[in-house]
Amino acid sequence: MLKQIRDGDWISLVLWLFRAVVILLVLYGTVAKLFFGVGNAYSGRDWANFFISGLSQGSLYALIALGYTLVYGVLFMINFAHGEFFMSGTLTATVFVALPLSASGFLDRTPIIGMMLILITAMSVSMGVALLTERVAYRPLRRAPRLVPLITAIGASFFWQYYFRGLFGSSLIPFPELQVLQGRYTILGVEILKTRAVVIVASLIMLVGLYFFVMRTKTGKAIRAVAEDKDVAALMGIDVDRTIAITFATGAAMAGAAGVLYGLVFRQVVFSMGFVPGIKAFTAAVLGGIGSIPGAALGGLFLGIFEAIGPPLFLEGLGIPGGHQLKDVIAFTMLVLVLIFRPQGIIGERLAEKKA
Amino acid sequence: MKRTILLVTLALILILALSACGSGTSEPAATDQGSQSPATDSSAPLVCNDPLSCVEVAPGDPIVIASALVITGPNEQLGLDSQYGVEIAIDFYGPVLGHPVQLQAEDDGCSAEGGQTAAQKIVSNPQIVGVIGTSCSGAGVPASRIISDAGYVMISPSNTAPVLTDEATHQAGYLRTAHNDKVQGRAMAEYAIQVLGVKKAAAIHDGDPYTEGLASVFRDSFIELGGEIVAFEGESADATNVEPLLRTVAAAGPEFIYYPVFIPLGSLITKTARELPGLQGVYLAAADGVQSPDFLSAAGSAAEGMFVSGPDLGFANETYDRLVEAYRNKYGTAPLSVFHAHAFDATTLLLRAVEQVAQKGADGTLLIGRQALRDALFATSGYQGVTGTLTCNQFGDCADPKIAVSIVENGAFKAIWP
Repeated sequence: MLKQIRDGDWISLVLWLFRAVVILLVLYGTVAKLFFGVGNAYSGRDWANFFISGLSQGSLYALIALGYTLVYGVLFMINFAHGEFFMSGTLTATVFVALPLSASGFLDRTPIIGMMLILITAMSVSMGVALLTERVAYRPLRRAPRLVPLITAIGASFFWQYYFRGLFGSSLIPFPELQVLQGRYTILGVEILKTRAVVIVASLIMLVGLYFFVMRTKTGKAIRAVAEDKDVAALMGIDVDRTIAITFATGAAMAGAAGVLYGLVFRQVVFSMGFVPGIKAFTAAVLGGIGSIPGAALGGLFLGIFEAIGPPLFLEGLGIPGGHQLKDVIAFTMLVLVLIFRPQGIIGERLAEKKA
Repeated sequence: MKRTILLVTLALILILALSACGSGTSEPAATDQGSQSPATDSSAPLVCNDPLSCVEVAPGDPIVIASALVITGPNEQLGLDSQYGVEIAIDFYGPVLGHPVQLQAEDDGCSAEGGQTAAQKIVSNPQIVGVIGTSCSGAGVPASRIISDAGYVMISPSNTAPVLTDEATHQAGYLRTAHNDKVQGRAMAEYAIQVLGVKKAAAIHDGDPYTEGLASVFRDSFIELGGEIVAFEGESADATNVEPLLRTVAAAGPEFIYYPVFIPLGSLITKTARELPGLQGVYLAAADGVQSPDFLSAAGSAAEGMFVSGPDLGFANETYDRLVEAYRNKYGTAPLSVFHAHAFDATTLLLRAVEQVAQKGADGTLLIGRQALRDALFATSGYQGVTGTLTCNQFGDCADPKIAVSIVENGAFKAIWP
């Protein structure tokens, strides 16, 4: 800091002060909450529940964020239509599979097969939508300036949103409640809602699975090669277009699965449901370091947990009323801080000139 | 590359600037000063000496009114219900001074941005005489300013936020036939304390003028009646994970939770509250923003036993029965929400005022003064409408407010109080 003052670098100084103020505020709020008991009195169990609730929301963010990060990794473009991939699979699976199966009682008699059917439908519809979008809206523009696919992505996002509104209407659609997932597990004295536990476990399995898919399989190697350098990868005999399509499909499959888990937890779906989780997941991907798979996962979990714990912890400690309304402020303040001080994200690598 | 970005940015700024200007320049320039009498059927040429401006309706042309209601999205049933009320009122009223009435329906999107867009679209059409809308108070705040500034008049059938008719913030062209939430919030507080006998309550809002206004009135009335508010919380309207919020509320130990929000957040809160161990046996209550079949289907069995405050639809008059019958015949459904009667009254008031103030030329041309129209509407007194006896005060509150508390029972709303 002294060095900056000596060099007369006032912008860095102001940024330093900004960081110091944010950190001090958070610390002050936390200390006031934990040691001086400002606001509600929470038990240890309450804190554990805040944490778990944040973890389950965060694992959904993580699954969606993977799609952003994978596509960014190979194409260096932000696929703003990704939230619609998430919505399309979920909405279709809810209307055509989950609701009929639930009405006939099949879902409650054989919940595992029922959930598998819902998952498969959601993932395949999401993949289909993603492949179609990639073929029609992105592939023809592969050589265009970076701004162009960004704009078509926004257009594609609107198109899919209103397409699905036309198909399924604009009302909220209830997602059926599974009898086996009603109630709570007690783990180490903490009661966890069953749906939250299932979401956390399922997401962790999928995150690990995806990591191994990219790191250990031949297709994964091709994806990494294309991410490294498309032209050289093509020279090595890799079908670049096909690999890019696979990348889109993989990300969309994760989004489709995330959508079903979203349905399980929140039990309502609607055509506009992709927008906010999409933006949050994009934030998570940037937080973790866009382009990095463990980064997206960590970013998502961090974001979910901060959103859940931040308001009762330091916002209440600072005496701010109605803190939960401000969780988006926490999310986007985190994003701004990361962009200022660690543009490569929490565990992202510093990008070479060509990628940046 | 840099040049492209610069050009795109400049183009965007230009488009924004043009669209901002475009809306303000649409006043018909007909303000000749001359001797003038409120002449109907005189053979003298019509002269407009209205301080604002006049709408001229040529012979055979329709009188155009606009609606700005939420007719798409998760809250569409609220707005469609009102729009049906408007359409039936136009049918029932018939031609006005020999001119048919035409409706231009806009969407308020139940948001500030939606209200602004709808209002700008409306004031860019100089033929529009008056506006029925908006549905949501959040949209009403910007819309009432734009519409009043342009000299138009609007009557909302379902804005209930106190801020819209508050002395300090009221806009000159704004009236409403819906109740003011000062009444609704108070009714819920009375029900909670006097009937349910609870002492500790929590209130949750989403920051929108409607929900925050209603939650605040409930809080103040509840305290005034001798209760204690243990938590007053906010949540964003498009939130998904409401569990932390409800755990915060649960930690404060309320016996009663009032969350006057819209359908998506309302059904999430209802379902999550039923799952949390800390909130078992706590009374849940919401308001007219969720009083529609979409909410019941989204919340499902979790909604059973919760309370909802809203306008009392027990209108004992023959016109209301005819209205509901026409509604069923025309749209094939029972009323979707609770403000169709208020929309009916608002529309009838507007058409009646047009009939009062319009000057009719020999050839059937109508000249409608905008200030005269406003004056006629604000002067409404003792009008027997479907929703009761309507009298407008100087800040635009016209309603004869009757509030009922309903309970959700077997997947339907059932009025239980008063």
